[in-house]
Amino acid sequence: MSATRAAARGEAARLMARFEAAGAQPVETTILQPAEVLLDLYGEDIRARAYVTSDTLRGEQMLRPDFTVPVVQMHMAEGAEPARYTYSGEVFRRQEDDPERANEYLQVGFEVFERDAPEAADAEVFALIHDTLAPLGLRAATGDIGILAAAVEGLRTTERRKAALRRHIWRPRRFRALMDRFAGRAPVPESRRAVLAAADPFADAGPVIGLRGRDEIAGRIEALRADAETPPVSDGELALIDAILAVRETSDNALERLRDIAVDMAAIGPAVDRLAARLDALAARGIAPESLEFEASYGRAQMEYYDGFVFGFTAEGRPDLPPVASGGRYDALTRRLGQGREIPAVGGVIRPGLVLDLGGAG
Amino acid sequence: MSVKLGVPSKGRLMEKTFDWFGARGIRLGRAGSEREYAGVVEGIEGVDLVLLSAGEIPRELAAGRIHLGVTGTDLVREKLGRWDTRVVELAELGFGHADLVLAVPRAWVDVSTLDDLDGAAAAFRARHGFRLRIATKYHRLTRDFLREGGVADYRLVDSQGATEGTVKNETAEAIADITSSGDTLRANHLKVLDDGLILKSQATLFRSREAPLSEADRATITRLLVQLQVD
Repeated sequence: MSATRAAARGEAARLMARFEAAGAQPVETTILQPAEVLLDLYGEDIRARAYVTSDTLRGEQMLRPDFTVPVVQMHMAEGAEPARYTYSGEVFRRQEDDPERANEYLQVGFEVFERDAPEAADAEVFALIHDTLAPLGLRAATGDIGILAAAVEGLRTTERRKAALRRHIWRPRRFRALMDRFAGRAPVPESRRAVLAAADPFADAGPVIGLRGRDEIAGRIEALRADAETPPVSDGELALIDAILAVRETSDNALERLRDIAVDMAAIGPAVDRLAARLDALAARGIAPESLEFEASYGRAQMEYYDGFVFGFTAEGRPDLPPVASGGRYDALTRRLGQGREIPAVGGVIRPGLVLDLGGAG
Repeated sequence: MSVKLGVPSKGRLMEKTFDWFGARGIRLGRAGSEREYAGVVEGIEGVDLVLLSAGEIPRELAAGRIHLGVTGTDLVREKLGRWDTRVVELAELGFGHADLVLAVPRAWVDVSTLDDLDGAAAAFRARHGFRLRIATKYHRLTRDFLREGGVADYRLVDSQGATEGTVKNETAEAIADITSSGDTLRANHLKVLDDGLILKSQATLFRSREAPLSEADRATITRLLVQLQVD
């Protein structure tokens, strides 16, 4: 065990040296992270994935579940632009359902904070990890959350409905349920029908207790009423969303398919143009679109802070192993952590322990 | 060696457990005074009674320090990851019925389902600048349930007792707690969501998958289960 750990550490050092040679500045972050920031970003779900500890002075702290958040915070506080960073160290993931999954492992990362030419930066990060892992013969998968997000913005429906869909883009099942409701395909719950039909919805309400006031309750009833009077999302638009989610082929074909869809849904045009620019940038780095898989819903359930390009590398024939490397673009995260400032950012991580298990990156 | 049977050390749960075993010819009781936590077992050889807090019985079963234990299904599922690989449910004992439910103020006439709760939570966060708080001591069960239900923008706050009062006291907006009749919820102006049943629980006899067993212990358990009419 300790020999394996030492070997993984050696592999991590080699990977980090490679990232430094690619122009990244090495950075360190603390292992204990203030829980408040992570909870605010990810919500309660993070507690199921991260170890929480506490003391009586600082309150709750989390054992670093990833590097991205502290690296973004560091960059937003003191970084010069543009910047490339690399780091190496343990991350900790609580595992309550699968004893086979590691709850502590090394990650080596490469992150680019760069305002100009985001597609070139996407290609730079992907190609660096792709080339680094080339000896392992891994299968690369790519996607782009930005295309689905653009499709949501383009729906001919209310801002309120779009906001609800936007909120649940990373929860595929809930997203689907909302789409069905907004398209009039799922019945309105009886309880909602009743409250909208009531002459005085508060007739049997009893005293209003707690922080959520009567005005908030009445406000939501008004919102529900307005929503009930909103025409359904058309079958045509529902079909277009389904068509986008179903795109899963090599990148050249996927691009063609998305261009076809954009004829009927112009709102995704700019996002599709970005995909085209990214494929050109990847081709310039020797990665052919015909050889690169693209899946429009890739990473939706797992990678919640990514809002554009996403990718992962997995070992074929080893479904027992998690992805050896993964990453993506997280512009919105820099906005949320930047206290009024923002910068486009993209990055990825490699797990050196898995690289070694598969024979090493040479 | 002997077979260790863990039973809740106080209150109705203890008395009802003693009654249940008593009705099947095995008398469990406290040794000596009311205040002493040592137990006696009559009606079968080779079984030791261990009186424990009901909340500690899942942990003791998982660690293999007791072979059998009586506790609520709610506690086993909350406290043991992959509970079914660590303990076996032998028999539901027919008492200690309690439902773990999600409840909100009755005045929230716009909220009847998890879908409503999610909508209200989004609006609440936009208005108040923090996530809607749900008070509970069943963190894992509640979190899993809400994730499954697609509810976002909430956070759990720990409440180890008097949970129904947290809404009035404005330390939480909703609760996830055990109820048997619903009277306490009603008295505190709360209502259960239509799809807010997280778990139905009752007192249950569990066997540890971890506890080491000698041949004699194995035979003792077999005899005990026959006498208790448990398959």
